Amino acid sequence: MAEPAVTCENVMLSRGERDILSGVSLSVPEGCFVGLFGPNGGGKTTLLRALLGLQPVARGRITVLGDAPGACSAQIGYMPQSRGGNGASLTGWDLLGSGMSGNRWGIPWRSRADTLAIREALDAVDATALADRRLGALSGGERQRLLIAQALIGWPRLLLLDEPLASLDPVRMRDVAERLGRIAKQRGMTVICSAHDINALMGVMDSVLYVARGQARLGTVDEVMTTEGLSALYGAPVEVCRAPSGRLLVSADAL
Amino acid sequence: MFAYDFMRMAFGASVFVALLAGPVGWFLVLRGQSFAGHALSHIAFAGAAGAALVGWSPLTGLFAAAILAGGAMGVLDRQTAQRDVAIGLVLSLAMGCGVLFLHLMTRSASIANALLFGNVLGVSRAMLASLAGFTLIGGGALALLARPLLFASLQPELAEARGVNIRLLSTLFLMLVGAATAESSQITGVLLVFTLMVGPGASAHRLGLSPLAGIGAAALLAVAEAWGGLALSWWTDAPVSFWIAVLSVGVFLLAGVFNRTA
Repeated sequence: MAEPAVTCENVMLSRGERDILSGVSLSVPEGCFVGLFGPNGGGKTTLLRALLGLQPVARGRITVLGDAPGACSAQIGYMPQSRGGNGASLTGWDLLGSGMSGNRWGIPWRSRADTLAIREALDAVDATALADRRLGALSGGERQRLLIAQALIGWPRLLLLDEPLASLDPVRMRDVAERLGRIAKQRGMTVICSAHDINALMGVMDSVLYVARGQARLGTVDEVMTTEGLSALYGAPVEVCRAPSGRLLVSADAL
Repeated sequence: MFAYDFMRMAFGASVFVALLAGPVGWFLVLRGQSFAGHALSHIAFAGAAGAALVGWSPLTGLFAAAILAGGAMGVLDRQTAQRDVAIGLVLSLAMGCGVLFLHLMTRSASIANALLFGNVLGVSRAMLASLAGFTLIGGGALALLARPLLFASLQPELAEARGVNIRLLSTLFLMLVGAATAESSQITGVLLVFTLMVGPGASAHRLGLSPLAGIGAAALLAVAEAWGGLALSWWTDAPVSFWIAVLSVGVFLLAGVFNRTA
């Protein structure tokens, strides 16, 4: 059993007066690809921000790569959910270049090593051609692929992706998910990737982390995605059907 | 026209002002904070008028008010929708106070005119030195801030996750905007600060240059527009600020044509 990349012990996260998650205990082994699912406002983004050290932990303890959250940000690749809209006149190269040691003071030169690292990451998700274009001329999905590439720069040990597949077309969605899965396996990366449609990550992810109503459940797809399991999480009847093709259908008529 | 000392001073002063205003303006446009820059110039006006009223140098009031207000704006940063309303209200209040201060002064007309529309032809040697000093300090500060500021402007959440202090950065930048605004208003007046700050920066963005080239282009365009304004004013006898405004808009439109053919 590999050493866990992420552990939570009885963790509670709150925003203002509202408790988002409480009593969360889980452990993600190194090299595991975790799909993070749950309803809107269920706490997916809050949990990811807590792992980054951006969201204070109200109670309990989190460790990330064996350290406190935020202690080893250099080894974490992160793709936030809000994509930002500034810099329409700049290119993808400028965008990705701005993040290279962007936390250091000084003039934003891009070194040769930076350029090589960026190109390698762009190639990995087939986004090289996009990087020469102006950001203002890219569609939402195209911009997103650049940001996925950015999260991969330097091959971090832990990848936290917040809805990386949203607003990609179905073919591209599957392609990006499979590429991510392959890269993660090759490099031994641990990935926590939130998504809306569980089917987009079927076959790619090793585990499912489902957060709803302040609770979280981590397990294999078969363990978590059951009618009983999800109904308990939602606190309302939810039906999980498996189509012959292997697709999962989560229906919540009664909600 | 270089036979006259006041013209040589004016050309010198506009270089210093433009070299800071252009690059700062490039970041203002990138961050979508042009309106904040505009507001700072009005607050600076109130500061200058207030300083003149109590017998201090208007220049001191101008710089102090603009830099302090920039800092305050950064510390109290809110979401965009609220921010525009807040800035608008503070801007109006500042302008109102400025009018009151001028009203209370006996020889207000000439001061008001210089503050509102600039007085580049009346730059003294001491003022030139202080402008040079501010540009040196401001330029140095911007060179230090540039890398994290670019990152935070393009990807605030990612920058935050990598340990960039967004609020501190935004506050320092707005203080820098305050200094650049106060400098620019020496040449164009507070009402036309946009022409030297936002105009060249926006034109550089339109040209579609990468960040460092864009920042350089903004500085060069600002110098060219300021000098062009001085020369045209010499030949035509129209005010300098008028010509700088015309050049600023003209260059912006031209940049759009270049961008389309590129």
